[in-house]
Amino acid sequence: MSLEIKDLHAQIPGREILKGLNLTIKPGEVHAIMGPNGSGKSTLSKVLCGHEDYEVTSGEVLLDGENILDMAVDARSRAGLFLAFQYPHEIPGVSNANFLRAALKARLPKGEDIDAVKFYKQLYARMDQLEMDRSFTSRSVNEGFSGGEKKRNEILQLMMLEPKYAILDETDSGLDIDALKIVSRGVNAMRSENRGFLVITHYQRLLNYIQPDIVHVLKDGRIVKTGGKELSLELEERGYDWVTEEPLAAAA
Amino acid sequence: MVSAPETTLEPEVTAAASDISDIRVDSVGDFTFPERNKFDSGFGITEKTIDYIADVKGDPDWIREFRHKALKVFQEKPMPTHWATKDLENIKFDEFRYYLSDGQKPKRSWDEVPEDVKKTFDRLGIPEQERKFLAGVEAQYDSEAAYSNIKAAVEEQGVIFVNSTEGLHKYPEIFKKWFGKVIPTGDNKFSALNSAVFSGGSFIYVPPGVKVKHPLQAYFRINSEQFGQFERTLIIADEGAEVMYMEGCTAPKFETATLHSAVVELVAMKGAKIQYVTVQNWSSNVFNLVTKRGIAHEDAEVRWIDCNIGSRLTMKYPGVIMKGKRARGEVISIALANSGQHQDTGAKMVHAADETTSNVISKSISIGEGRSTYRGLVHIPKHLKGCKNNTECDALLINPNSRTDTYPAISVRGNQHATQHEASVSQVSADQIFYLMQRGLTEAEAMSLSVNGFINDLVKEFPMEYSVELKRLIDLEMEGSVG
Repeated sequence: MSLEIKDLHAQIPGREILKGLNLTIKPGEVHAIMGPNGSGKSTLSKVLCGHEDYEVTSGEVLLDGENILDMAVDARSRAGLFLAFQYPHEIPGVSNANFLRAALKARLPKGEDIDAVKFYKQLYARMDQLEMDRSFTSRSVNEGFSGGEKKRNEILQLMMLEPKYAILDETDSGLDIDALKIVSRGVNAMRSENRGFLVITHYQRLLNYIQPDIVHVLKDGRIVKTGGKELSLELEERGYDWVTEEPLAAAA
Repeated sequence: MVSAPETTLEPEVTAAASDISDIRVDSVGDFTFPERNKFDSGFGITEKTIDYIADVKGDPDWIREFRHKALKVFQEKPMPTHWATKDLENIKFDEFRYYLSDGQKPKRSWDEVPEDVKKTFDRLGIPEQERKFLAGVEAQYDSEAAYSNIKAAVEEQGVIFVNSTEGLHKYPEIFKKWFGKVIPTGDNKFSALNSAVFSGGSFIYVPPGVKVKHPLQAYFRINSEQFGQFERTLIIADEGAEVMYMEGCTAPKFETATLHSAVVELVAMKGAKIQYVTVQNWSSNVFNLVTKRGIAHEDAEVRWIDCNIGSRLTMKYPGVIMKGKRARGEVISIALANSGQHQDTGAKMVHAADETTSNVISKSISIGEGRSTYRGLVHIPKHLKGCKNNTECDALLINPNSRTDTYPAISVRGNQHATQHEASVSQVSADQIFYLMQRGLTEAEAMSLSVNGFINDLVKEFPMEYSVELKRLIDLEMEGSVG
């Protein structure tokens, strides 16, 4: 069981962005990917989820042994892959509760519906954990939300959908320290031996609250260094320039 | 004397006659039964057609004369293609039949309704809705009502709810006073056509002060090919009365064109309130050319709540003439145009007294190569004061080839009025769909949810039972729009 990325190459027309990326995330592990702007961090999250702007030219992504690269965006989601977006989209006129119900219903066999009482009980419990006001259930998805509210809403969706593997794309961007703590608490509550995380971030700060097991440095479309928690502190201190590719480590 | 054409079947239900035939099962109303018409006016429209219809229906002389005059107006009026779509020229008036019926009177019990007709309405859910939440139902099958019933408690309040033929025969003093007065024969070519050949539709009278608690509903079903349906509805709410009327419509999808051209007149007397709700789901071979208008007297209110799904071409601009002080008019409309469809809809608000208020909210959705057009007319003359109009029209485009046009005409004279107009065009973005699909929704579900979100605030204006139906219809339309 793992989310296994093997020699992944992906491009937008005319420009290769991921250039042979290897990464294996096992359930129970939290991996952090750090890297300078333009290194391919956000591209990786979108490629894993099947965004149509990117073309995968070679490589494999196996989710618990199944190659997901031929699967549609929604099928990958239902297979257990979740992305907390850096810029969550607004869905005018669709309430948060209806959106979550639709997403949960999409995981049931056709014709079956979710138990509304159980659903709201769980929803309210999760919202309490994230210190979200109950009024968010009836507000349109992300419409008029502050940056912090949007990020909390992403984590709420993560908590409700309970994916096998969750990618957090710059979840810390735009958060003040209080919001960062709340969001991190939500993520930590979801850590379990059955779930793997990939935390993409530009700054070390987030990793004080979501402690990673393994830290990778992404540079020019490849993982150039892998280490423990201490690597993130070193990056914070020294920046990214000193990190050069370690051909042996990357091949290992 | 009327004789049935030899080719028509006798109105007996045979096993074969009740065999339902599905043309395309993914559409709600797309099924048909074999015809068994006792009365068939034949193809085309001439003086003879008018006399045939007048004979079959036993019209009084004034109605026969009214029809003949209307035929002349219809024949003389050109198609309004100087402002409307050229597709109107594809209507071949000689290829339609203008009156079809099995010659039976409307039944008051579903058990007496012929088997195939009963099956039709069962399938459309009408008897079920009637049991659940309606005060009365009229179910029209081609040219005539097959079923008509009003709950005893409502009838005891003095409410009249019958078809137009029964209305003009039984209640001539009320009928004659208002019939053709809100929408004169010559209003447009299609109101003239309807005036010449009208059959079916509802006649409703609500006595002073009576508030009908539950909605009255009519369902207009076309079963036969190469046919035109021309119902005529007249609703009068007397002083302080209130009524909600709902209509639904469907037809099977035939290879040939079908014509539906209704005229609906509403009269809200002093302090009265009429709400008229439409959910139409025509198949994509239907020309739907409808004239709807209401008069609101002092302190009265007329609201049109209109949802147009399907048809090849719909032209419909519900209007309110605010004739008395402080009268209010409102049009809330949703239009959904799929490939091969053109929804040309809007509203007409004519302010004819001081302190009158009108509100128009229109949302349209164009899918595939579908086209939606908004046409609005707001008229406030100079000599009035304190009139208000609010107009909002929003269009949502789903695909790159989808199309929308807006033609607002707001003529406000004088400076003692308040009007505001807002319009927007938006698109469901690829990123929005990606976001929704990343949460596990299929592309069609993601589209449906986005579209339902777009019209959500208007759907709330529909009675709950209809808003559920609306959502289901939109889901069906969206299923075919992706992939």
